[in-house]
Amino acid sequence: MIEMFSYGFIQRALLAGILIGVLCAVLGVFLVLRRLSLIGDGLAHTTFGAVALALFAGLQGAAMLLVSLPAMLLVSIGILKLASKARLGGDAAIGIVSSVGISLGVMLAVVGKGYGVDLFSYLFGSILAISSAELVIAAALFIIVMALLWFYYNELVALTFNEEIASVSGIKVGFLNNLLAALTALTVVLAMKLVGIMLISALLILPASAALQVARGFRMTVILAVLFSIFSVVGGIVISFMLNLPSGATIILLAFTVFSLSFLLRRIRALSHRY
Amino acid sequence: MQELIKVDNLTCRHAGVEVLSGITFSVERGEYLGIVGPNGSGKSTLVRALLGLMPISQGFINILGESSESFTKWNQLGYLPQNMGHMNPSFPATVAEIVQMGLLAGKRLPRRISRDDHREVLEMLELLGIGHLHNRLIGELSGGQQQRVMLARALVNKPELLIMDEPTAALDPEIRERFYEMISQMNKTSGTTVLLVTHDSGTIGKYAYRMLYLDKKALFWGTFEEFCKSPEMTAFFGEHSQHLICHRH
Repeated sequence: MIEMFSYGFIQRALLAGILIGVLCAVLGVFLVLRRLSLIGDGLAHTTFGAVALALFAGLQGAAMLLVSLPAMLLVSIGILKLASKARLGGDAAIGIVSSVGISLGVMLAVVGKGYGVDLFSYLFGSILAISSAELVIAAALFIIVMALLWFYYNELVALTFNEEIASVSGIKVGFLNNLLAALTALTVVLAMKLVGIMLISALLILPASAALQVARGFRMTVILAVLFSIFSVVGGIVISFMLNLPSGATIILLAFTVFSLSFLLRRIRALSHRY
Repeated sequence: MQELIKVDNLTCRHAGVEVLSGITFSVERGEYLGIVGPNGSGKSTLVRALLGLMPISQGFINILGESSESFTKWNQLGYLPQNMGHMNPSFPATVAEIVQMGLLAGKRLPRRISRDDHREVLEMLELLGIGHLHNRLIGELSGGQQQRVMLARALVNKPELLIMDEPTAALDPEIRERFYEMISQMNKTSGTTVLLVTHDSGTIGKYAYRMLYLDKKALFWGTFEEFCKSPEMTAFFGEHSQHLICHRH
């Protein structure tokens, strides 16, 4: 087992997995508490269209991010604008944008014959195939997203607690909503390589939800979500390599196991308080 | 006396419908003003307009020397909203973390909380008699305790002006009474200007210096005694109803 850690591709996968797992965990706490979990799902589905567009333009590997990153940033802001300007709920806006993204992806996959297999790999992730260039980009984006989250952390906590109260504290609510959506879009683009488009939202939701079962305090929730996420990602990559299983699905099933244990712990705690 | 709030000929529309029309009143420093009116009379709309959360169709609002539409002195203003009963019960923050949020208005980005800030938070919680709850999760507390936490959050910045919108709607009568006693005491001792919105005229009569009776328009603005002696209000409510309002407290 120790031998596996000497392989370059495993080292790259673990490093990228930890970076992406940490981002998903921190963002996930804000998204779950703001009942915006599905924005990750919607953005992930739209990423399918962005990836298809990049493949259609003849881009491969790290170069694909040149199309998918700006496209997803625009989509994330578009969802918020559509929700406010078209008098729609956030769920309807996410539904519209994600279905358009998938349709665009399917259309491009049919028109540009020959890259169906590549597209399939993005649906279910292929973290073990991550390149050095992709790892460098993931590290750079990790630093940018974490720096912004650190800078606006207290404002985001206040916004998550109550938007109206945050606004009356002089916090720029509209700007922060856009920022949160943009950071989620960046993270989703990175995470598609780790767990795949179909499972990204689970990585945003499960570690945060598990932490919410057992944590006492907001800071503790964020810390536990990060630890749960790292455990799921590292454990998932190791198990998938040893048992020759798909890495994305293994990571998510491990994250679900952590969530189930946290839920159980909370129930036991509640019962012991009662009796 | 300096005016902390000046509202002149305020009109607000929502989806094309006029919800407030031609409202004029002012609040002086250290005053306790009660805004009262039936459900749907525009009380909460007025509060939202004061806080810049609702666009003004006509007229102007000056609050702490600034226009409400370009207001920046958030650190001098405390706000206690209604409907805290609708708060997410699984929100994972402790009482201390919630109260800390009240200090953010006075800070520059990245708005970090220092040890001194934490001490101030604990002092405020002690002052309101809930110091022992500082490590508890907000969702574990009773409605009355939660509302005290929210009051601590509104007061921790030592604001000049405290705006409360139906702050006791979810509380039982005994806790409600204690809550208002506490606000009244704070108004008298620290000189905090208070603007209280409620549908309960009796509460206004007991605690506020002046009242504004609202029903889309300002039907009355003056002291409670003036309200009880006003022939216009007698004509509006009928003698019996006015007597009930004026003698309930």
